[in-house]
Amino acid sequence: MDSMTLVALASIVAAGLTIALGSIGPALGEGRAVATALSSLAQQPDAATTITRTLFVGLAMIESIAIYCFVVSMILIFANPFWNHVIAQAAAK
Amino acid sequence: MRLSPDDIIFWQYGFLKLNATIAFTWGLMLVLAVGSRLVTRKLSKGPQRSRWQNLLEIVVTAINKQIREVGLRGAENYLGFLGTLFLFVATASLFTIVPGYEPPTGSLSTTAALAICVFVAVPLFGIEERGLRGYLRAYLKPTFIMLPFNIISELSRTLALAVRLFGNMMSGTMILAILLTITPFVFPIAMSALGLLTGMVQAYIFSILATVYIAAATQAREPEPGPEG
Repeated sequence: MDSMTLVALASIVAAGLTIALGSIGPALGEGRAVATALSSLAQQPDAATTITRTLFVGLAMIESIAIYCFVVSMILIFANPFWNHVIAQAAAK
Repeated sequence: MRLSPDDIIFWQYGFLKLNATIAFTWGLMLVLAVGSRLVTRKLSKGPQRSRWQNLLEIVVTAINKQIREVGLRGAENYLGFLGTLFLFVATASLFTIVPGYEPPTGSLSTTAALAICVFVAVPLFGIEERGLRGYLRAYLKPTFIMLPFNIISELSRTLALAVRLFGNMMSGTMILAILLTITPFVFPIAMSALGLLTGMVQAYIFSILATVYIAAATQAREPEPGPEG
């Protein structure tokens, strides 16, 4: 395998693994957060506005981890610096 | 496939580029400014109000209420800044129902600019409320060992604000583009409806996080000055 294929292969596999592994943690975390929020909503419906606001802010915090993974994998696919470097080297030859 | 509307270039002169992000941002600014100017031109205090005035009143009261619920005193001081953030991000994602439009918040430059606005505004509001010494002393809480961590958290939350909004908006347009190539008719509609929802939620989250940061910087929770040492 020449280096071009290797870079392409590594980028694609890494992009897939990034989003696949990186979404496990946030998914579990969001599930726990929503479950707890639902049970506390059922216990105290009066505090609904506070619970909902805190839930949204917390979910955004948790979700940002998954979003980072998504951004990294998108960069690996669409704006890959290593790929651009290989292309530039191939063009220089 | 392109990652952001930065790559659509309408007009170029030398190194000056007018890309879709700038153009759509200007369009949004125009719509927001001219729209609110038209609505507020003839406000009425009587029982008979125009429906647009009702809309604006609902928006302003809701933002005010949210700011107050976070625990920020004097919500009117911050309404201009936080309300603008919310309205800009919200309209940026609302206008995705217009064909040919791409949300400018789907570009990292726009979201970074918004996050930097928050990054600059938080110390400004904090100093205005508590004075320079009071604000700077908050970095030494609970002990001076926490100083580097407080500074890092200040920087990393700015990065998080920018990347979160960018990632959500970009993923919306990206999913639409991918779905258009696979199932051209029905699913993109459902996904763009979902995109409207996430856009609203992201606008809410962006402004509520900015509110929380400002509240943390301005709240004078001064402990009693105990004996030193």
